[in-house]
Amino acid sequence: MERVQRWTKSTLADQCFYILNYSVLLLVMVVTLFPFLHVLAISLNDSTDTVRGGITIWPREFTLDNYLAVFNHSTLLTGFVNSVLRTVIGTVLGLISGTMLAYTLSRRDFQGRRFVSLFLVLTLYFSGGMIPVYMLIRDLGLMNSFWVYVLPGMVNAFYVFMIRSFIDALPYELQESAKLDGANDFVIYWRVILPLCKPVIATIALFLAVGQWNAWFDTYLYNGSSPHLTTLQYELMKILQSAQTGNEAAMRSADPELAGRVSPDSLKMAITMVTVIPILFVYPFVQRYFIKGMTLGSVKH
Amino acid sequence: MRLRGNIEPLPPVKTPGRQTKTQKRFWKVFWRQRYLYAMSLPFVVWVFVFHYVPVWGWTMAFQNYSPGLSFFEQEWVGFQHFIDLFSDERFYRVLRNTFAMAVMGLVAGFTVPIVFALLLNEVRQELFKRTVQTVSYLPHFVSWVVVAGIVTKLLSTSDGMINEGLLALNLVDQPIPFMAKETWFWGIVTLSDLWKEMGWNSIIFLAAMSGVSPELYEAAKADGAGRFRQMWHVTLPGIRSTIIVLLILSIGNLMSIGFERQLLLGNPLVVDYAEVVELYALNYGIGLNRFSFGTAISIFNSVIAMILLFTANYLFKKYSKESVY
Repeated sequence: MERVQRWTKSTLADQCFYILNYSVLLLVMVVTLFPFLHVLAISLNDSTDTVRGGITIWPREFTLDNYLAVFNHSTLLTGFVNSVLRTVIGTVLGLISGTMLAYTLSRRDFQGRRFVSLFLVLTLYFSGGMIPVYMLIRDLGLMNSFWVYVLPGMVNAFYVFMIRSFIDALPYELQESAKLDGANDFVIYWRVILPLCKPVIATIALFLAVGQWNAWFDTYLYNGSSPHLTTLQYELMKILQSAQTGNEAAMRSADPELAGRVSPDSLKMAITMVTVIPILFVYPFVQRYFIKGMTLGSVKH
Repeated sequence: MRLRGNIEPLPPVKTPGRQTKTQKRFWKVFWRQRYLYAMSLPFVVWVFVFHYVPVWGWTMAFQNYSPGLSFFEQEWVGFQHFIDLFSDERFYRVLRNTFAMAVMGLVAGFTVPIVFALLLNEVRQELFKRTVQTVSYLPHFVSWVVVAGIVTKLLSTSDGMINEGLLALNLVDQPIPFMAKETWFWGIVTLSDLWKEMGWNSIIFLAAMSGVSPELYEAAKADGAGRFRQMWHVTLPGIRSTIIVLLILSIGNLMSIGFERQLLLGNPLVVDYAEVVELYALNYGIGLNRFSFGTAISIFNSVIAMILLFTANYLFKKYSKESVY
């Protein structure tokens, strides 16, 4: 009823406001979506035809050649496999560490609670900086290894506190009754807490997965000389940088596989889409969770 | 600590007998809570290794660090690297760039999401609202590599959409080399950041807006306020505290703008405007193997960040006291 009233009672000024408001928001949508659709169109267009220009959001000469080139290209395929692997392993490890720490921190009677909590909070405020971390990674022998992707970022204090504030909101009686039934702390964590934490786990999983999938700098810094450990984002970044310095010819000669069928530009757009599409598939499913999770996390900090 | 304090207040004198008793109690509880310890201590060790050990690396800034030698064999040089840093002309350019992009990002990244949230909050059709929101979050989940690729593609001189459009409309007769214009670099970084994060940053404001009491709108309406005046006099004051808290928090994070955007969007032509503190540390420290000098840069950056953080914290305390009373 209230809604109807708002509409019928609106004045001329209000009408103008609505029209303006809807146009601005539509414009925002167009501006946000247009670049993606443009890239998609180029990636689906014949690469010799693309050079003629004038492609907007619809391919003129439809082809899947650019995508075939991505998946036929051995380096890019390795990059894809590594990206998937680091995303899966990194997300799982991050969730295990995050939920375990969050659970122990939520237990008021845990005698290590204050120490662990302080130990974690401090990491939010200082860091050793890029070079000492680089030296540490080198000294630990993690350079040119897959583990450098998943180990250094495994525990994220911010996520731990987000999960903890979620657990804190659950009724404590559930844990007590489980205890009376003879469950030990690990069983409570596994059978009582985790199933109830699904919304926050979904949110953190999305953040972790997106972070892993999008990471490129660790490859650049630590694994640049190990072609078998390359990732999709890193390969995209390399192609991008070589194109930016006007070095397309050098890139072609460095990568003879590419030179044949498709232009570097079309290939670039196809890789871009390959890195974007998995995110597009996952995020609508978790969207309803993360808004809640985001607000919760930000209010607490 | 707090728990134990509740049961038995701090012992005034630590007699040996007492200590063994507390110790015994500690181990008893320790054994009872062994699963909790097993679930947290491994990660504490992990945090120690990856977060605390690197801080030890700060000592490098005061040495002429040489990788082959042990800690005690290093040559100590005091503040020499800091003196070098402060006498490097490039360092000041780098600082200028960092501050400029941080402040531009703060201003744009703050006002636009608020306006966006305000506009979105006025939409009554749920479906339209949700569609706009879903679309606006999308770029947040895409990597900077992808965004940089899209931006350079759109702004390219050879077949960039923007230049093609400008040419078609006869607004220019020659493609504009956007990425080669030094002075435009800050703007390009700020705008692409805005494109990427606007929707995401508006979430928190929208959440705050949904908490504004409907009665206030009713009262405003009774007083004859239109949609725009309601927005100005009810919604905006309603989220005032959220705005201030977030503003203070972002002041604390001003220095941590990173280097990703600058590294990916930058090119040799615009380096004088693109290089930021961390990029400078990367190029000097790791690129040229000047680990000590690079660490000195990081330390300087952290000190500034800490000062900003404490200032922000002070403001935060001051402000929240005002809001309570």
